[in-house]
Amino acid sequence: MSADNNSGSLLKPAGLRTEVAVELIALNKWYGDFHVLRDINLKVRGGERIVICGPSGSGKSTMIRCINRLEEHQSGQIFVDGVEVTADLKKIDEVRREVGMVFQHFNLFPHLTVLENCTLAPIWVRKMPKGEAEDVARHYLTRVKIPEQANKYPGQLSGGQQQRVAIARALCMNPKIMLFDEPTSALDPEMVKEVLETMVALAHDGMTMLVVTHEMGFARQVANRILFMDEGQIVETNVPGEFFAHPQHERTKLFLGQILR
Amino acid sequence: MTMAEGDLAVAEMAFVRRATIEPRPPPAAMTGAIGWLRANLLSTPFNIALTVLIVLLLAWAIPEIVRFLVIDAVWSGNDRDACLWTVQHREIGACWPFVWERLPYFIYGSYPIPQRWRVDVFFLMLAVGVVWLLWLKAPRRDLGAVYFFIVLPVVSYILLTGWSRIGLEPVDSVLWGGVLVTIVVASVGIVFSLPLGIILALGRRSRMPVVRTLSVIFIEFVRGVPLITVLFMAGVMLPLFVPEQYSPDKLVRALVGIAIFASAYMAEVVRAGLQAIPRGQYEGAMAVGLGYAQMMRLVVLPQALTVTIPNIVNTYIGLFKDTTLVFIVGIFDLLRTIEVARIDPKWATPVTSTTGYAVAAIFYVVFCYGMSRYARATEARLAKSGRR
Repeated sequence: MSADNNSGSLLKPAGLRTEVAVELIALNKWYGDFHVLRDINLKVRGGERIVICGPSGSGKSTMIRCINRLEEHQSGQIFVDGVEVTADLKKIDEVRREVGMVFQHFNLFPHLTVLENCTLAPIWVRKMPKGEAEDVARHYLTRVKIPEQANKYPGQLSGGQQQRVAIARALCMNPKIMLFDEPTSALDPEMVKEVLETMVALAHDGMTMLVVTHEMGFARQVANRILFMDEGQIVETNVPGEFFAHPQHERTKLFLGQILR
Repeated sequence: MTMAEGDLAVAEMAFVRRATIEPRPPPAAMTGAIGWLRANLLSTPFNIALTVLIVLLLAWAIPEIVRFLVIDAVWSGNDRDACLWTVQHREIGACWPFVWERLPYFIYGSYPIPQRWRVDVFFLMLAVGVVWLLWLKAPRRDLGAVYFFIVLPVVSYILLTGWSRIGLEPVDSVLWGGVLVTIVVASVGIVFSLPLGIILALGRRSRMPVVRTLSVIFIEFVRGVPLITVLFMAGVMLPLFVPEQYSPDKLVRALVGIAIFASAYMAEVVRAGLQAIPRGQYEGAMAVGLGYAQMMRLVVLPQALTVTIPNIVNTYIGLFKDTTLVFIVGIFDLLRTIEVARIDPKWATPVTSTTGYAVAAIFYVVFCYGMSRYARATEARLAKSGRR
């Protein structure tokens, strides 16, 4: 999926931009006594695609969930598009409007049709007229290649289709940044590909993406940078070629040895 | 291993289907009336025993009921003599002339006879509102909600209590009674308990400790007290503390008591529904930028209320029947009017009480079963749309 057919203005040019999309400074988080995130520093530029990998419990999901404040952090700073994420509800709303998120278990709203899932936030948050919101929704449903499912309920779709709806739903808010939290982990093997293809297309359009995934093929294909996390810390970060060819840290080598066969 | 054995092994391991098996109808024993009987009534020895027992029970009860209510019933007459075995010298069943004569009292209580058209208008308006809201294909159901929750209460209040300025003679609520009171009490309880219950349930799940504590105290206190006590407090105790001229009408006090009582139960029902909604739904809603109120209204509550429809209706049915308790503070609901009428010397016979109670039973069964059927239909509709 390359250039778009009717509303090219909705797309952003590809390539890295100079502005900082997300910045994490000395981020720390605890669950009770458990130190989940330890001194995380990360700067993501506009248009950058970052893949985050690491063993389970290493804090990958927690880190990206801090970015749109689904998790609170206890110390350090998070800036999203220049706005600092704090307990201030206005700031949180502002950030969530600009950050789309795709979850492992889709989290579609089962009582609404696919189309209503996509138009809900534009209508209520962006105050978009219903007709316009539906046009936008159909546009993105076409982009994720399921325009014909618009009037079905999520429960009537396959896992892969549901995840593509979830991507379309996030895109309908026209976000500047997209977070993916293991988007293919809950899918049957035959459905992983269709979701990854959608994400690749999105990457080609220049979306800023932070992706927690174990799909190393995807990482190699689209990532500008790969982050490896373990025990709440960023252990190693590199461009994909170097990351896979010459992992430096012992933990990285061990991890890659386990998942790449 | 010989050549033949090797071929055999291969033949056993490899298989390719050459012809597709076409679907065939199921065996006759699975379908039709006999199949249904076998599967549902006679599947196991225990099931057979239960079926026999229930058939016997019905065979004993149904003829008795039909005999009393229809076959031996008295259909006309002017006073108790019509329903007296000693006068008529035959088996006497239900005494319908008694019901027929006292029916206006059962419906309106002591509401002044020239003003009873106002009650009829109220019943009609209520029926229109209920149908408008519950009939899914009705046009403009949003207007229906405005009508039901705003127009109807205000107009009904003016209509029933009266407003001399527009020529409606005031009618003291002491005179209200019968079905009118039962319906008014039940509707007020039903209409107020759900919104109040939702607010309390959200309060109980709030992150703010003050809101949460207040909600918990309210819910636990009200649930910890019998309805009779609430009604006593509202009906008898309150006037002791509040000067008479500021003390609201007796019926209003009972209504408030019932609404508060029902909302505490409703809060727990709604809370159960809220707990059934996975965390992912909250996260999904927050991630697309919905605020707390929007998230609750658009995403969480529609799903939570859907899964709790059976429990909500259960609470409503309980509430509907509990309205009979208002007699304890001297309000004449349907059951109370029947109680009063059955000891009227004009009609006092051995069958009068049973007849009166049969009327009450039929009334309550019709309403409660109606609610239950509507809830079942709603559930079936939601299940069919594939939302669950």
